[in-house]
Amino acid sequence: MIIIEEKLVVSSSPHMRSVESIQSVMTDVLIALFPAALMAVLLFGYRALITMVISIITAMLIEAVWRRKRDLFSDGSAAVTGLLLALTLPAAVPWWLVVVGSASAIIIGKQVFGGIGYNIFNPALVGRAILVVSWGGHMAGDIWPSPQPFAFGIDVSTVTGATALAAPEIAMTFSFSELFIGNIPGSLGETSALALLIGGIWLVYKGHIDYRIPGGFIATVFVLGAAFGGGFYGNQLMTGLFHVVAGGVVIAAIYMATDFVTTPVTPLGRLIFGIGCGLITMLIRLWGTLPEGVTFAILIMNAATPIIDNFTIPRQFGGVNKSA
Amino acid sequence: MSMVFFKGGVHPEYQKEITSTLAIVKMPLPQKVVVPMQQHIGAPCELLADVDKIEKGTEVKVGQKLGDNKGFVSSPVHAPISGTVTDIGLYNHPLGMKINAVTIESDGRDEWDEAIKPAGDLDNLTVEDIRRIVREAGIVGLGGATFPAHVKLSPPQDKPIDIVIINGAECEPYLTADHRVMLEKTEEIVFGLKAMLKALGAGEGIIGVEDNKPDALRAMEQLVAEEDNIRVCSLPTKYPQGAEKMLIYVATGRTVPAGALPLEVGVVNHNVGTAVAISQAIREGKPLIERVLTVTGAGINKPANVQVRLGTLVTDVIDFCGGLKESTLKLIIGGPMMGLAQPDPDVPVIKGTSGILALTDEDVYLAESSPCIRCAKCVSSCPMNLMPTSIAQAAEHGDFTRAEKFYALDCFECGCCSYICPSKIPLVQWIRIAKAEIMKRKSK
Repeated sequence: MIIIEEKLVVSSSPHMRSVESIQSVMTDVLIALFPAALMAVLLFGYRALITMVISIITAMLIEAVWRRKRDLFSDGSAAVTGLLLALTLPAAVPWWLVVVGSASAIIIGKQVFGGIGYNIFNPALVGRAILVVSWGGHMAGDIWPSPQPFAFGIDVSTVTGATALAAPEIAMTFSFSELFIGNIPGSLGETSALALLIGGIWLVYKGHIDYRIPGGFIATVFVLGAAFGGGFYGNQLMTGLFHVVAGGVVIAAIYMATDFVTTPVTPLGRLIFGIGCGLITMLIRLWGTLPEGVTFAILIMNAATPIIDNFTIPRQFGGVNKSA
Repeated sequence: MSMVFFKGGVHPEYQKEITSTLAIVKMPLPQKVVVPMQQHIGAPCELLADVDKIEKGTEVKVGQKLGDNKGFVSSPVHAPISGTVTDIGLYNHPLGMKINAVTIESDGRDEWDEAIKPAGDLDNLTVEDIRRIVREAGIVGLGGATFPAHVKLSPPQDKPIDIVIINGAECEPYLTADHRVMLEKTEEIVFGLKAMLKALGAGEGIIGVEDNKPDALRAMEQLVAEEDNIRVCSLPTKYPQGAEKMLIYVATGRTVPAGALPLEVGVVNHNVGTAVAISQAIREGKPLIERVLTVTGAGINKPANVQVRLGTLVTDVIDFCGGLKESTLKLIIGGPMMGLAQPDPDVPVIKGTSGILALTDEDVYLAESSPCIRCAKCVSSCPMNLMPTSIAQAAEHGDFTRAEKFYALDCFECGCCSYICPSKIPLVQWIRIAKAEIMKRKSK
């Protein structure tokens, strides 16, 4: 594409490029996840840190070996996948499970499709789904380690509690500030809506994620939770809010349903995608057999991404509507 | 200040401070000029060999017509210096091909053609007079598009024009020629606009200037304060604000339909330089034989805004500006977003040459691209609301029917998508391929 004649370079315009690269964007995502990772360590102690480190290093190593590249960090996408997967795991998860999950995420979730840009499903969620289906006991459907804030020496695997989503009577044992700040049983990174929101706002500000996806996702969960959640916590609106902050909706909506590669590129498509994720999540939560549904909601919507894009091609500037 | 924003766009580093405070300098007459027979969109000029005997050895004077074409969408070319025709033949053209051109060696006297004389008062000129003067003066769009100006002043009967916009956005990074023209030739711009308003029977004139040029805005505003049918519109600084459809949308709120010309919504756009040229053609009788351009970039030793005779070789202009630095890696005619990289500086300045930009190894991006990560930054930056990545992907697969379904033909190649792409995919390049292929199939 670039012709060099004698000394002058000739290439197609534009001749200026922004400084942004895949690596800089992925680094920004890692920075955005820092508050959530920090909260995980504060709430769940050293086990959280070990899980995150194992997951990130496994992901980067497997990717480097697969691509036969010496650059471990490379474009940063493997590190993001590794960290995201770790944040969806329970603190008490055995180390080998982290390795299996992280390796599955990179190999089955991403590299077999051709690497970055070509995968259909969110790699971190592919890894998580494999663990949930294969080692359900360790992934504890409704029993999670309880947080022990600032007690770094404690082995959280010995203190377990039920996820707030298990049943309304369990949900009622947590206050809303606990649900929002995150000192409730749950996976490492999902419990603190506060930490997740801080990173999310920054990503929207940087232009890396489109508010339509988390907006559509969270709004749908809220509406369906309010309408069909059963009205505990005093009133329907509070129940809707409960469904947003308890469980994995916030982390999924901000960091996983916004994964570039596996989500629509059109503005309308992104809104539909977010709403679809919220819808399936609530179908699973309210009427399914699992207490939580975000993983499969996003994976299902990932599969629908090409068709959503195809039916939501935006009208060009000055154009008249024509059916796709 | 306009409160309307166009969708998309990008904010590249503007780099205008290199030259924005430098007054226009007149380059001394060149020893030699090369005048291509095509410097406009439309039918190329034919050499006036028969009656006017433009051939090897002919003595020509400044402003004497060298070539013309009877076609309506065309524009004559004139001798920019006085001297002797030493060669007629194919010569390098900034658009990348070789075009028939007249080479004139200067006699150093700068003698003007006797036929050149002022046309008189604007009030005494008819609409037809103005159109004829503009055509005969060889005036084309000086912003870079080089569409013959008289054509834009002759809309069809059933398409009345009520607004004329003077484009002083100059949204391309680095370029400051229009900025300086607005500061130094303010009065001529307003006169040119009045002539256009008269030729079109339009009631309102708008001068659109990006708000990163506050001094130009002030200068313009002061001059039109007394004119009740002309207003200055401050445009938010965002590339490509100067693109016709974006400018019209922001300045008037009107949306030019896809695939249509601005006259569909009663608007005609002209660049500030074109307005000056029209003013000079009417008041001095002067055809388009020179223009102002910005010579800039880290590779230029002495950046400047220079007024040069058309046909001056880019090598001579660069020499006048202190020459190129050793580190120069890319030479661009035009701006960095839409300009054309040149393999060889031995090309003439033509009517549409708005700048000469020399980029060094530090500014030139040479690395390979990565796969698309579908971040959709190209989609959100596209001012035409297209899906550049999808068009590029279709083009890459050779599926041009699909590329057309994504409105490839509506792309005007502003380059925002390629600029913003974190994977550094040459999106515009793929879209150009798609457009060319779609047009080729359509013409079959």
